[in-house]
Amino acid sequence: MGIMDWINERVNIRGVSEFAFKKKVPVFYGTIWYYLGGVSLFLFAIQLVTGILLLLYYQPGATTAFESIKFIVSKVAFGWLIREVHAWSANLFVFFAFLHMFTVFFAKAYRKPREMTWFSGMILLILGMGFGFSGYLLPWNELAFFATKIGSDIAGAVPFVGEFLLRLLRAGDEVTGATLTRFYGFHIALFPAFFTLVLGIHLILVQVQGMSIPPELERIPEKHRRYMPFFPNFAIRDALFWLIILNIIALLAVFFPWELGTKADPLASAPAGIHPEWYFMFMFQTLKLIPGHIFFIEGELFGLLIFVFGTIFWFLVPLLDRKARRGQRSRFWTVIGVVLIVYMIMMTLWGYIV
Amino acid sequence: MDKLTKGPETSRRRFIDILLGTGLFMWISSLIYPISKYLVPPKAAILYVNNVEAGTMSEFPPSSSKIIRFGRKPVIIVRQRNGKFSALSATCTHLDCTVQFKADTEQIWCACHNGYYDITGKNISGPPPSPLAQYIVVVKDDKVIVALEELT
Repeated sequence: MGIMDWINERVNIRGVSEFAFKKKVPVFYGTIWYYLGGVSLFLFAIQLVTGILLLLYYQPGATTAFESIKFIVSKVAFGWLIREVHAWSANLFVFFAFLHMFTVFFAKAYRKPREMTWFSGMILLILGMGFGFSGYLLPWNELAFFATKIGSDIAGAVPFVGEFLLRLLRAGDEVTGATLTRFYGFHIALFPAFFTLVLGIHLILVQVQGMSIPPELERIPEKHRRYMPFFPNFAIRDALFWLIILNIIALLAVFFPWELGTKADPLASAPAGIHPEWYFMFMFQTLKLIPGHIFFIEGELFGLLIFVFGTIFWFLVPLLDRKARRGQRSRFWTVIGVVLIVYMIMMTLWGYIV
Repeated sequence: MDKLTKGPETSRRRFIDILLGTGLFMWISSLIYPISKYLVPPKAAILYVNNVEAGTMSEFPPSSSKIIRFGRKPVIIVRQRNGKFSALSATCTHLDCTVQFKADTEQIWCACHNGYYDITGKNISGPPPSPLAQYIVVVKDDKVIVALEELT
């Protein structure tokens, strides 16, 4: 008697594998979009593995953090590789998660009954950016120090609860070693726990509801639609894509390493050319363009309000797009999506050129 | 029969529900309150500083600057081309970055979002919403001292 039979006599594990083998993927011009969620999942798994490996040597604290990373990249065998893979994989994760979100948006895959998949996905995307922001401080270098000062100062501009948020983030009034300890806790415990939970919900929803197809394909009768089995046809393509990505990460890690920079010094001026990671660039550039005061409110608060309300608005798209709920494409929402992408790309490019 | 199930039976059930619900709410509150209090660190003692010695005159050639710690805050001391001193809060009023002295134009510049201040700390361009606070510089026996108010 095999192990599978032994387990199956106790719990119905065959049911799970039968379900997996029955799973099918629609074949049409947009099938390629279905790889984006999977690759984000793969990159998250890389983050877990490399993150745990980095934990073995990393020492949080204002006097040890920078030094311990220096030790990892210069003394520990393959330490440089683990750190570079963690940094590059993080960037690619954000990139693919954004791409995944936008393809879902334009395919109107958020429409009924998949609203909850969209909500959980948006939470994962925001958490992913939280991972980026908190992880950025951990090397305790000059760029990280100022990025954290700016980010937490923006949180401080929130009406009523701003000071509470600022002190909550910074663990005091200033960015110090205490902030580093706190961000470390967020980055390695709080966020991963929460992320894993929401990711589980996200994946279960996708399995239970199956793959979404665009509204116009839904009108084609079932027998005229084309499918491929998830196992092994789609899974093997998934695996190939992941392998390619892993190789790209290796190439990037070797040829385009992330510099450790200079250690944070609370008495140093912010260096010229300072900027955040690329996925915060469009917000950074927007903040640069907003003058000190707009009407009667401070520019800082104005920028914050734009981003907070923009995010809430985007989060609620499945409820706001009434046409999609009836299975129709809404030109209005497509235009909004295009405008947003153009805005983000233009601002990002502008931020890098100027 | 109908009267029996909808009568005292339901009101009793409602009573129990309210009792348990309130109890549950109070129990959760008693968990959340200490945790939310714990999250925010105690206020650091305010450091009262009236003046700080920034160094000797030889450390400040004309067209130079230095950032020192004044209490808990950084302060930038600038010696202008004409030999005059000025001292300003080094924390940008926009988003809390640390500013720097641009010797060529004799302005204070914040690299984070391209904010400019003049030598008196007035915000002149870019996003900063308000001027940098001014400090007083006193030279006494070759020592450069930064102070909150005039030393007499």
